[in-house]
Amino acid sequence: MVGKSKAMETTKEVVIKAEPFVVNIGPAHPSTHGVFRMRTTLDGEVIVDMEPVFGYLHRGIEKLAEERTYTGVIPLTDRLDYLASMSNNLAYCLAVEKLAGILVPERAEYIRVIMAELQRIASHLIAVGAFLNDCGAFMTPILYMLREREKILDLFEMACGQRLTYNYMRVGGVSQDIPEEFAPALGKFLKEMPGWIDEYDQLLKDNEILLARAKGVGILPRELAVNISASGPVLRASGVKWDIRKADPYSIYDRFEFDIPTGTAGDCYDRYRVRIEEMRQSLRILEQAMKDLPKGEVRSDVPHLIRPPAGEAYGHIEAPRGDLGFYLVSDNSIAPYRFHVRAPTLINLTALRDMMRGWKVADLVIIFGSIDICLAEVDR
Amino acid sequence: MAMAMQMLLPDWPGNFWAHWGVFVVIIFVFVLATVMGFIWFERRAMAVMQARLGPNRVGPFGFLQPVADVLKLLTKEDVVPAKGDRWVHWLAPVVAVAPMLMIFAVVPFQSGALLADLNIGILYIVAISSVTTVGVFMAGWSSNNKYSLLGAMRQVASVVSYEIPVVLSIIGVVLLAGSLSMQQIVMAQDIPFILLQPLGFLLFFIGALAEINRAPFDLMEADSEIVAGFNTEYSGMKWGLLFLAEYGEALAVSAIVTTLFLSGWRGPVLPPWLWFLVKVGLVFFVIVWIRTTVPRVRIDQLMALAWKFLLPLAVINLLITAVEILAWPEVSLWVMVPVNIAIMIVLVLLWSRFFKLGWGRVEV
Repeated sequence: MVGKSKAMETTKEVVIKAEPFVVNIGPAHPSTHGVFRMRTTLDGEVIVDMEPVFGYLHRGIEKLAEERTYTGVIPLTDRLDYLASMSNNLAYCLAVEKLAGILVPERAEYIRVIMAELQRIASHLIAVGAFLNDCGAFMTPILYMLREREKILDLFEMACGQRLTYNYMRVGGVSQDIPEEFAPALGKFLKEMPGWIDEYDQLLKDNEILLARAKGVGILPRELAVNISASGPVLRASGVKWDIRKADPYSIYDRFEFDIPTGTAGDCYDRYRVRIEEMRQSLRILEQAMKDLPKGEVRSDVPHLIRPPAGEAYGHIEAPRGDLGFYLVSDNSIAPYRFHVRAPTLINLTALRDMMRGWKVADLVIIFGSIDICLAEVDR
Repeated sequence: MAMAMQMLLPDWPGNFWAHWGVFVVIIFVFVLATVMGFIWFERRAMAVMQARLGPNRVGPFGFLQPVADVLKLLTKEDVVPAKGDRWVHWLAPVVAVAPMLMIFAVVPFQSGALLADLNIGILYIVAISSVTTVGVFMAGWSSNNKYSLLGAMRQVASVVSYEIPVVLSIIGVVLLAGSLSMQQIVMAQDIPFILLQPLGFLLFFIGALAEINRAPFDLMEADSEIVAGFNTEYSGMKWGLLFLAEYGEALAVSAIVTTLFLSGWRGPVLPPWLWFLVKVGLVFFVIVWIRTTVPRVRIDQLMALAWKFLLPLAVINLLITAVEILAWPEVSLWVMVPVNIAIMIVLVLLWSRFFKLGWGRVEV
């Protein structure tokens, strides 16, 4: 009798009660790149579910813009994606020029392209550095990349006196011509930068731990990427050759020769590689633009208060983070009647949940980092 | 009075109590001073590697920065989470620091200069160093914070797995030295054991990095993932003690590596204690160097590395060492150096091919 009960005790299955628990990652967390909040359901270390919560940085920029003149909106666009202010300026100015039918002088077009491409490099440096930092490469890559970003910021400071929110582009051109010392400084930068990019590659490109961490992690399949209308490096890493600069050329991008780097797997590693390759392509564009930079006016004769004819216009560009669009409706007054931003990061984020489910907490951070968001643009 | 003292402190041979008192003070001063120095050293060395300056305001070359940091920590408010376990929260740093200090009892600073020349010295270290994990887990549990708990769980998992390859790689050294005593192990190293046991050194170093949670195995306080891990809810000097425990362990590992593999205090020209310090500093520098270079592994990769890579290699290493000692008792040790280095290279390459780590690329 005793023996039997003992046997029963030993064969009884021990059930440890384990249930998923909810962790709020963010809004105040070192790697949410701002104030993003992920309401994550974890089973041990595995992500069962993830619910993104945003809006912590909502400033009502779209509504604010409807209260300002067309020129007065430009500083607001600086504050959308503050890591790519030049691109935001450019996209907005393109939309207004389309709306009002304003032509831009040749030299201004070239300066705009130079600024936009420099901005792309600067933004990708932050994106890649922050991604590698999220992978746990403690500060080293990001500090190396900030070193070069600093040089780009110096160039911007030379041109417009600002280092973060430039307010440089104007409807019908740019606010002022680039100074004399700009061209030699840019030439020096163009000469040095390929070496620096090679250095980043030497640092971590073939590192086993990085490969193990990023390869095959957070895959965004091609179909899903197209269906959620993802754009930018996130889309291109999934193997879709889609770049607004080629697909719907704006400004003078049809004059330059450059390739669109794409990935194959759509994983975090591909997104990282695509960004590095895009920097190289941007350098190519910059070299061509510097060579052909014509002389002349940098701003067409545009009145201070623009009254575009009633109607609507949509201007979009290939911003560093994707397809950035501005939709404007005019009622023939000095302020836009309706102002809407198609923020690429917000749309890229919609795939986040599908990319994350089933991975571990450590992957959550790098998947999120590889999308490269800027919360100021997501929340607006 | 004297009688009472006699009763309390029996007159043990070898001036036991004087020796004990002096060395307790030496160990405390050594650990605290060296940890402070190492914190400064790490921050400066990392700054050089990361193209920045590092602390350079307080004192010459910022040398007094750790002192300023400690003063700040001492004056900070001590916060205990409202729903945390107050007593466990208070006790955790103590449990974490004490065993770290106890490790140094058997570390020989130079010949005969150690608190206790235990004849089971290295076994004692293996036993005592694991206790720190209990402190860390207490910290994680009592904080009543999910990040803390995740960090503490990771710590326990990594220590449980990495203890085994570490101990197995130590046994190779013990076989060669023929003793468990730290003093005797150093005495036996006419050739530093890093040359005779290259694979053992590699395994021990990787395993020790994981046990003390230094990069790339710093999962338990992965700041980009779980904020600060087990010490998220700590502040003030309690946090300082946890920090001290962590750096003290890094120091202890440097000292143990020096003793086991780098022939301890032995070396030409310089005084022995200086040799010891130089070697410890060198090992610590390598730890810092690794920290600035590589990304962090994931928890499952950490486990896979321990069980698929380190453990089998540690067993093979032990086997080879034992066979060598049995089969060639007469052969000069210098013959074993190239043989063992060749064996290490072949084994590591084969294993990394097999488990697709380096040569086979990606995925453990």
